[in-house]
Formats: sequence, structure tokens, C-alpha cells
Amino acid sequence: MASEHLLDIRQLAKSFGKHQVLKAVDLHVSKGEVVTVIGPSGSGKTTLLRCVNFLETYDGGSIRIDGTEVGYRNDGPQRRRRGEVDLARMRAETGMVFQSFNLFPHLTAAENVMLGLRRVRKKPKREAREIALHWLGRVGLGHKADSLPGELSGGQQQRVGIARAVAMEPKILLLDEITSALDPELVGEVLDVVRQLAGDGMTMLMVTHEIAFARDASHRIVFMADGMVSAVVPPDQLQAAAAENDRLRSFLSRFSATAH
Amino acid sequence: MGYHLSFNLIWRHFDKLWGGLLLSLELAIISIAIGALIGLVLAVWYVSAGRVVRAIIAAYVEFIRNVPLILLVYLVFYGLPTAIDIAYGPTTSFVLTLSLYAGAYLVEVFRSGLEAVPRGQLDAGKALGLTPWQRLIDVRLPTMTRITLPALSNTFISLFKDTSVASVIAVPELTYGAQWINFSTFRIVEVYIVTTIMYLVTGYAILFGLRQVERRFRVER
Repeated sequence: MASEHLLDIRQLAKSFGKHQVLKAVDLHVSKGEVVTVIGPSGSGKTTLLRCVNFLETYDGGSIRIDGTEVGYRNDGPQRRRRGEVDLARMRAETGMVFQSFNLFPHLTAAENVMLGLRRVRKKPKREAREIALHWLGRVGLGHKADSLPGELSGGQQQRVGIARAVAMEPKILLLDEITSALDPELVGEVLDVVRQLAGDGMTMLMVTHEIAFARDASHRIVFMADGMVSAVVPPDQLQAAAAENDRLRSFLSRFSATAH
Repeated sequence: MGYHLSFNLIWRHFDKLWGGLLLSLELAIISIAIGALIGLVLAVWYVSAGRVVRAIIAAYVEFIRNVPLILLVYLVFYGLPTAIDIAYGPTTSFVLTLSLYAGAYLVEVFRSGLEAVPRGQLDAGKALGLTPWQRLIDVRLPTMTRITLPALSNTFISLFKDTSVASVIAVPELTYGAQWINFSTFRIVEVYIVTTIMYLVTGYAILFGLRQVERRFRVER
């Protein structure tokens, strides 16, 4: 069955032991769309995101990117985990930015961006460096190309993280609470970069606690609670939806100070 | 009647000590190189292997760590050639022993280093599309090396000093040289003073070099 969506998640189910984190999640993202997942902690947002590039396995349902099933290969009725090299090839099609940055501490900013270009995209060193410098420039860190992560602020590290992910030209970018570990005064510089990428038409699926930013930058907001999608709304209808959804209302009330 | 220190006889035979020191260094370097290879391969294997392989590697480590080095040296030099059909001189035999000994200690050092590589870095490597082999080479090993450098320095120094055990099977390294001079001059105190200084100075020199390496590769995590 062909799908017009770039990312198509259907009936996704996932348990950690006895605890079911995801229960029949349906979600799709079209090319160029920015979709934000919000919800209380423990609602399964991060797990959902980590399933999309198979950092987590899943138990039921399907995730397709451009029509190809993520992580598994269907052998008739059998579902088999793909081989590691196959998985690596699939993961190269998605980019991910992490809450805790996860830069490689022994590599400079430029080398962090170059690693995937060299090893996965097989670019020659000089070309990889050019691309890295281009993207570091785009996130405002052209002058920090040869700094080690330990010499950068949290906001700068996270911008390198973004450059590392987008330099691979992924089909979709996954952003996992990318401002949660930052001091408040550094959040803005990172969100500005994301806003720019959205403006460029980058397809993004993000998990965030920045409700104001979510409303401002995304095409659709997905509210998750208890491992299920509880509401999907355009940003301007978030308040209206909250009037009919108790969970959403109580969740948003906690952000009322920042959301208006 | 006091004992008069006299170093003249020591200097006359100093070539025994100097040659011995060079051989000690050589024994240490070769054994550490082989031991590091054994340790690294087994550590990487250990962290990704199933229960059986882990048990075998753990048994090797525990055996080596719980038997005195001097006994291992005797076992390999006198025991092994009678059990299996091989012949080697004392130097080769000792290098084999110290390599196996170093390997067991280094498995532990490297294993704990590999396990200390933050999960997030491995996730980042996966997310980029690196294969398991690339993640090992480009992400795990560089970080592991930095984490383990201080422990490695200590192990290297210990192994250098452990070369003195080779004297019991007449490998002409530094301690053996000292004993040889003892037997021919009876200047016991002088010989051991000089020998101790030689071990000390060399040990400090190695440690100083390794500290420079550590400083260069130290990374804030």
C-alpha cells in the first residue's frame, strides 16, 4: 500500500517489560512538514522518536519512511530485524538531535560534522570539511569549527549537533527535547536555528516542552498521553482543543505562564 | 668495623646493568604491545559476546590474576615444553608469559573503559548511520583510550617492574645483571643501590612520558 506521507507510523506498540509505553500510535508527517509532539513526561514521546530511527525496537505496528519499513523486513508473515549494515543505511536517512547533545568529545566541531559525511556518505576529506564549514556557518559557529565540544557552551554544542544532523541531508530530522538541557538564556539561539530550518522546508518531527515555540514553528501539534495520541491539532486550535480535552487542558495549564 | 661503600667494582661491570636495563625495557615494550593486543581484542569481544565467551575470558583473567607471576614464569618455562612439543629460550618464554599476564590485566582495563563510553555517544553514532565496526573505530575506541589512559600508565609501570622476575630463569635483564655482579664482587649493597636508582629513574621517565600523553588527550566529558 503506497503512502503519500514521508513518515507513516501505524498502530505502533512498544513495551519495556510489563510497562506498555506506546499503545497503537498513529502519526504521519508529510514532506516539508514540521510536527511537534507534546505531552507529560512518561507519555512515550521520546520513545516514539527513538523508534523512528530504530534506536529503540518496537513490538507491534509499523513505521515507514518513504514506504520502507524501519528496522524490520517482512518475510511473508514473519517479521525479521534487519542486519546491522542495513540498519545503518536506513538510519543515515534520518537525522537526530539529542537532549544531551551527544557530540563526540574527541573531535572538533567540524570533525563532528564531518564524521558521517566521510564514513557514511563517503565524501573526500576536503569536500566533507567544506560542507561542515557551510553548516557550521549556518548555525552561526563558523568561527568555532576547530573547537572541541568541551570548549563550547551548551547552546553552541547543540547547534553543532544540529549541523551534524542536517549536513547528512536527511529526509527527516528528529529533535528530541533539544533545549531541555540548556540554560534558559541559551534556548533562544538553538530555537532560532530550528526556525530557520523549518523556513527552508526541512521535514521535522520534534518533541519539546517549549509550547510557545511549538505553536509558533509547527504545522501540527500532537498531544500524547499514556502512550497514545490524545489530540492532533493545528497550532492555532490548541486552546480550542483543550476546551474539549481534559488531559490537554491540565497539561497546558502548567505552561500558561509561558504559553501566552 | 664499618662497611665501606665502594662503587668501583660496580662501574667496572656497569655494562651488565646497562645492557640489562635495555633488555628490561625491550621485554616490557614487546610484552605490553602483545598484551595490549590480547587485552583489546578480548575486551571488545567480551562486551559484545554471549555468556559462554564471557565466562571463558573471565576464567583466563581470574587465573592469571590469582597466580603469582613468578609461578607463571616457571610454569611456562619448565612446564609448557614438557606438556606440548615446543622449545624456546628463557627470553622468548618470558615474553610469552608477561604478554599473557599483561593481556589479563589489560582486558580488565579496556573492558571497563569500553563500558564507560557514554550511551549517548553510541546513539549519536548509530543515528548518523555508522556501522557497528565504524562505531567501534571512530567512537568507542577513541573515547575508551582517553578514559583508560591513567589506568594504562599504572599498568605499564607495573609491567616494566615485573620484568625483574625474568631473572629467575636467567634472562639477562637488569635484576639478573645485578645478581651476576653480586656473585662476582660481593658488593651487594652497592649493586642494589645502583640498580634501584636505575629502576626508579627509568620508571619516572616512563611515567613522565605517559603523563604528557594523558595531558594531550584529556577531554572534558
